[in-house]
Amino acid sequence: MRPFDYTRAETVRDAVAALVANPEAQLLAGGTNLVDLMKYDVAHPAAIIDINHLPLRQIEELPDGSLRIGALVSNAAVAHNPRIRERYPLLASAILAGASPQLRNAATTGGNLLQRTRCYYFYDPASPCNKRQPGSGCSAIGGVNRIHAILGASDKCIAVHPSDMCVALAALAAIVEVEGPEGRRDIPFAEFHRLPGDHPERDNTLSQGEMVLAVRLEGNHFVPHHSYLKLRDRLSFAFALVSVAAAMDIADGEIIDLRVALGGVAHMPWRDSLAEAEFAGAPPTEETFRKVAARLLAGAKGQGGNDFKIPLAHRAIVRALSQAAAGTPQDQTVKAFQ
Amino acid sequence: METGASHSLPTIPVMLTVNGERHRFELHPWVTLLDLLRGPLQLTGTKKGCDQGQCGACTVLIDGERINSCLKLAASLDGAEITTIEGLGTPENMHPLQKAFLDHDAYQCGYCTPGQICSAAGLLAEGHARSRAEIRELMSGNLCRCGAYTNIVDAVEEVLGHQAALREAAE
Repeated sequence: MRPFDYTRAETVRDAVAALVANPEAQLLAGGTNLVDLMKYDVAHPAAIIDINHLPLRQIEELPDGSLRIGALVSNAAVAHNPRIRERYPLLASAILAGASPQLRNAATTGGNLLQRTRCYYFYDPASPCNKRQPGSGCSAIGGVNRIHAILGASDKCIAVHPSDMCVALAALAAIVEVEGPEGRRDIPFAEFHRLPGDHPERDNTLSQGEMVLAVRLEGNHFVPHHSYLKLRDRLSFAFALVSVAAAMDIADGEIIDLRVALGGVAHMPWRDSLAEAEFAGAPPTEETFRKVAARLLAGAKGQGGNDFKIPLAHRAIVRALSQAAAGTPQDQTVKAFQ
Repeated sequence: METGASHSLPTIPVMLTVNGERHRFELHPWVTLLDLLRGPLQLTGTKKGCDQGQCGACTVLIDGERINSCLKLAASLDGAEITTIEGLGTPENMHPLQKAFLDHDAYQCGYCTPGQICSAAGLLAEGHARSRAEIRELMSGNLCRCGAYTNIVDAVEEVLGHQAALREAAE
């Protein structure tokens, strides 16, 4: 690891000021991604601002009944929190589908949002990569691209966002609270991450000097009808090839509100709320779910090595929606299909 | 004061309690907890496997929670309590998990074993594992290249069963 300056932020204002003062600085929370990237020399911040002492470790209930998860709450603490389990079981399930118990103990909520792609070429400083070194080219296009994007990719980058937690947060339409030099603002989850376009070096829409304070969950909990289905090369401790966060409200045999977010297929958790809305009033049947899958994947494009992801995603969407409709969410311990 | 630092680069004061003993260090900020344990502290029970958070051989307990020590900068842990395999038990006074790993022959080369046992200690404290399937899932952060998984699960299951029996007897 290259040497760097290290400071401990005592307040959020300190942390923001330090970020503004030094564009080469990065915040350190759980470290599970950043320290790894620094060992690979993919990240080499000139300065580390340790934010572990900031008071962002609470899960609070707000007066309107929404839950506010502090940026430093560990992934494990969110997944096992009684209020989260009771009200947002889709989120708890998605978190428990990801990483390992040790990593979930260390990794934080804010850090999960900000984790970088697991594209092999991004991790290899010897390879061209537009995300790591803008303008150097994309080695995955025409290279080994089994784990890469089928939706929303550009000719500059076909990397995918690796999070499970964020796929559930996308389906639940969470709000990200951030603070920066201009003060506080809320970012709807769908606007937090971005597609690669011409600037794959940017994973999200945070401005220089902004940091994540919390993630807020409000509105529909989708307790009766949800499922998080993750398909990967082994049953545990692997990133998703395709994952689906499915949720719906059903009344009088009709879908009232449909949510489908996909992981492992795009540069951001993939959700198409316009497509979802087209299925309001449809019966919650496998036939409907096949149409949902076809609609969501209409623009899917393989890169060769990942062509299999298109039919895999189709079947995963149908399966996850069927599980959600039946009220039988995917078990994250016994993963054989029931 | 303990130091493993050269004098030309800045250091950070860090206080840690390791296996019940308080230490004050002056550390370069890029020193990981794993390297601090194995280097200056000579606690070589904790193993460096992948050094990337993928194998679990470096698992220790930080404030009671199992964590990959390879991905923790020691400077970020000021004030923390660390328990390593050396602090769980001794050859004369073994932790129940250490004894169960011996009884069940739950290792072959032994390199992953300290991490497996520290991870299992974290698993028992978390209290989320009740079945064999849950033990397997919740031990998935610890790889064993020798493939001793069956006996590892047997060992953890036995200690989990003893704990449950003790709890029932107390109720």
